Amino acid sequence: MEHLLDVKDIVVQFRMRDIALTAVNNVSFSVDKGERLGLVGESGAGKSVTGFSVINQISKPGFIASGSVMFEGQDLAQLDNKQLRTIRGNRISMIFQDPMMTLNPVLTIGQQMIETVLAHSKVSKKEAEKIALEKLRKVYIPSPEKRLKQYPHEFSGGMRQRIVIAIALLTDPALIIADEPTTALDVTIQAEIMDLLLELCEKDNMGLILITHDLGVVSQVTEKIAVMYAGRIVEMGSTDTVCATPTHPYTQGLIAALPDGAEGDRLNQIRGSMPSLTNIPKGCAFNNRCDYCKDICFEVVPELERKKSGVFAACHVVE
Amino acid sequence: MWQKFKDTYFWYSFRRDPVAVGSFIILVILLLMAILAPVLATQNPYDGATIDLMDAETPPMWTPEGLDTFWLGTDAQGRDIWSTILYGTRISLLIGLGAVALQSFLGIIIGLTAGYKGGRVDTFLMRVADVQLSFSSYMVAIFFGAILQAALGVSRYADVAVPFLIFVIGFSEWPQYARTVRASVLAEKKKEYVEAARVIGLRPIRIMFRHILPNTLTPVLVISTVQVANAVMSEAALSFLGLGMPVNQPSLGSLIKSGFAYFMSGSWWITLFPGLVLVLLVLSINLLGDWLRDFLNPKLYKD
Repeated sequence: MEHLLDVKDIVVQFRMRDIALTAVNNVSFSVDKGERLGLVGESGAGKSVTGFSVINQISKPGFIASGSVMFEGQDLAQLDNKQLRTIRGNRISMIFQDPMMTLNPVLTIGQQMIETVLAHSKVSKKEAEKIALEKLRKVYIPSPEKRLKQYPHEFSGGMRQRIVIAIALLTDPALIIADEPTTALDVTIQAEIMDLLLELCEKDNMGLILITHDLGVVSQVTEKIAVMYAGRIVEMGSTDTVCATPTHPYTQGLIAALPDGAEGDRLNQIRGSMPSLTNIPKGCAFNNRCDYCKDICFEVVPELERKKSGVFAACHVVE
Repeated sequence: MWQKFKDTYFWYSFRRDPVAVGSFIILVILLLMAILAPVLATQNPYDGATIDLMDAETPPMWTPEGLDTFWLGTDAQGRDIWSTILYGTRISLLIGLGAVALQSFLGIIIGLTAGYKGGRVDTFLMRVADVQLSFSSYMVAIFFGAILQAALGVSRYADVAVPFLIFVIGFSEWPQYARTVRASVLAEKKKEYVEAARVIGLRPIRIMFRHILPNTLTPVLVISTVQVANAVMSEAALSFLGLGMPVNQPSLGSLIKSGFAYFMSGSWWITLFPGLVLVLLVLSINLLGDWLRDFLNPKLYKD
């Protein structure tokens, strides 16, 4: 079966003064219709850049150096901005981290929503407003008629993020990319927003790419998980397997670092920190922090391959 | 609606500032004088038939030689100063507002484009602005004014003087706007709502004008007030130099000039009263602009 989204060997580089830094290196993954993929990793691992590369919107000086992003029969990496505008916000929507920042402070919610509808379909303003109201109800905003006339500052943080989600839903997209949608919210609201996202994806059979550093959130919502480290995917497989029996030493470290509820224990940590993009070590990028290193790890970059546990991992040591 | 306005912080802050209220009242009075000039004037200064040269240089009515018909006296041609001031304020304000409208139109479009597009477009437009700024507006006006007067002749120049002055003053001052707008666009452009608008798939033109522009209007509003005052001053200066409004359609500046020659021989009123009105007009606009800047920039606390 053909995937909804098929990202193949995507490479994203940032042109600095004299060198090009590779922020995303040979990343491949796919999302099926209605499938939910979690993209996890530390800050700077390349998760967000990967997310933006899907809709081919990398801000300068970054650019997609090679690879393809097949979506509904088109390679988004090859389209120009005009063609991309018919995809962005229409077939693929994006949700950002901080809802205070993503809503324009000087326009009412209604203006922003109607504008989005009108940008993608030829409907009258009245109909656009009807669609906006319907979507606001979908994300459980009470008395949406009144809310449509209000400005972003009149909403609470959780409500604002629900409005951002409603905007993402306006055009009934096939895929939603959520870039740390709950990081700016407090914990109780986080759970609410994640439940809402999950419910909406299941109801409308929408694909979801959830970018986050929170393994707890990913395990609740997604079916598939891809762990990124220094611009590469180091492990990819079903969420249950990866969380229960992690394969790659990095993932093992991440899972071990989660607090397990036992009182008094020190939390485990992975020693060291992720290398900067300017000096990624030769061979496996994780070699300077890994406890199981062999000689080959310092020479050859490991390929992502199927391991015994059934998941894909990029490691020379694990089988 | 009115009640809602009265509850705003804008109204509260305005009411608490006596300087702002005072200058607002003066400005409104001057505006009313300008708008209602045909009603308030005792004589139509544009109509040669009503002017009698025998009345020339009549002093104001409260002086011993004053006449009751000429409240503030007459000028060297026998025009009633009070009426001429009304019409002159009208022309001065018209040119000031028109010039600012032109400045802001050009400046906003150029500044927005430069800031949003960045790169070479930005460099090019900003260098053009630098070049424009290095020509003093008086120089531009003197140059074009001289050409126009020579080409059209003095009588036809009088017909195009108002649009000409609006054009010259507006055209030479747009870089102020362009720079201000560009600076705020550069700050706004990095904010996430712009990225979000792009992700939604909106066109760049729409993002520029509907999303970024309204967020940059605060400084534009503030410089607009200062620029109106500046444009009124520029017009007065040009008219004083004889390059602005012709004598038969006087603005405040050309009134001051027409009286200047008689100032030393005792006819002080011809220059003094238009001068006072000009000072009041510019001062009240500037003080209101000051208050507006303080109001819109809460970081700038006054003690």
